[in-house]
Amino acid sequence: MSKFKKKTEVKQEIPTSSMPDVVFMLLFFFMVTTELRETSIEVKQQIPRAEQLRKLMRKTLVANLYIGEPTKPQYGKEPKIQADDTFIDTKDIVRWVNEKRNELEEFERDQLTVSLKVDQDAKRGIISDVELELRKANARKLLYNTLQEENKLD
Amino acid sequence: MARSTPEIPNASMADIAFLLLTFFLVTTTMPNNKGLSIALPPPPEVAPPDDVKIQERNMFKIQINSSDALLIEGEPREDISTLKEEIKAFVLNNGQNPASSDNPEKAIVSFKTDRGTSHKRFIQLLDIIQGAYYDIYADQAGVTNAEFREAASDLTVPKNKEIYEKGRAGIPLNISIADPTKVGN
Repeated sequence: MSKFKKKTEVKQEIPTSSMPDVVFMLLFFFMVTTELRETSIEVKQQIPRAEQLRKLMRKTLVANLYIGEPTKPQYGKEPKIQADDTFIDTKDIVRWVNEKRNELEEFERDQLTVSLKVDQDAKRGIISDVELELRKANARKLLYNTLQEENKLD
Repeated sequence: MARSTPEIPNASMADIAFLLLTFFLVTTTMPNNKGLSIALPPPPEVAPPDDVKIQERNMFKIQINSSDALLIEGEPREDISTLKEEIKAFVLNNGQNPASSDNPEKAIVSFKTDRGTSHKRFIQLLDIIQGAYYDIYADQAGVTNAEFREAASDLTVPKNKEIYEKGRAGIPLNISIADPTKVGN
């Protein structure tokens, strides 16, 4: 019996001195990998999935347009276009693109890519209207934002 | 005489760090800069009128109507599991099958939707068409599909540019996305 008794007397304590280090490590990970939310998105955003994705390398060269049904009922049911913090009309897109261009360095202005974040239930009609305006504004690099399809990876 | 060293209590350090951690967890989003990239055609008034006659055999027609139903090469279709291989065979036909394309440079995949087509369906089909092309490019460059797309995403690196150009050689990405028809809205 004495054999067993000895064991029960041993104090079991988890060392907690390294806990702050672990937590700080997690904290730094999140600080580095994430970005602060710049705009509050007011349209429905259920992004479709696809397999053949390409990545945009330079975030500064990307301008986002959000398209979808407004989340607040007072704005109606029809899909709307949101740029930065406001809803815009298709006719304002050329002006918006030029504003975005002016924020860039002069030598990078032609490299502006427009990222369309479109809700999967939105119709092609509104998207093609936006595309036509983008062509008029000569912003011809376009990205349909999608998520990675998970089940089929080749 | 030994002076008593003042000690800073560090038991609460973990709590403070957790608080910061939760703050960042809540206020941030993972950046999502991935998607299907396309190049739009030049503005309508600049583009010359499109009166170039393209031979029927050099066109692979994909149409979607306002209720998301497919018409491929004039035939209604439900099952799209073989579509990718069909597009690949069409592009790489090189005149073997007289009903299919003359060569990859002339081959055009024509993709037409309706104003009422949903974005989800559009993305699904565009994904398949682009996938077929990326598969061809990756084969030609001797890398996997994922590696090719990775390389194509950042052409500032010389090695990536080399892979990209080797893959693209002689095979332009001829995907024509036509203006949608106006049935649905």
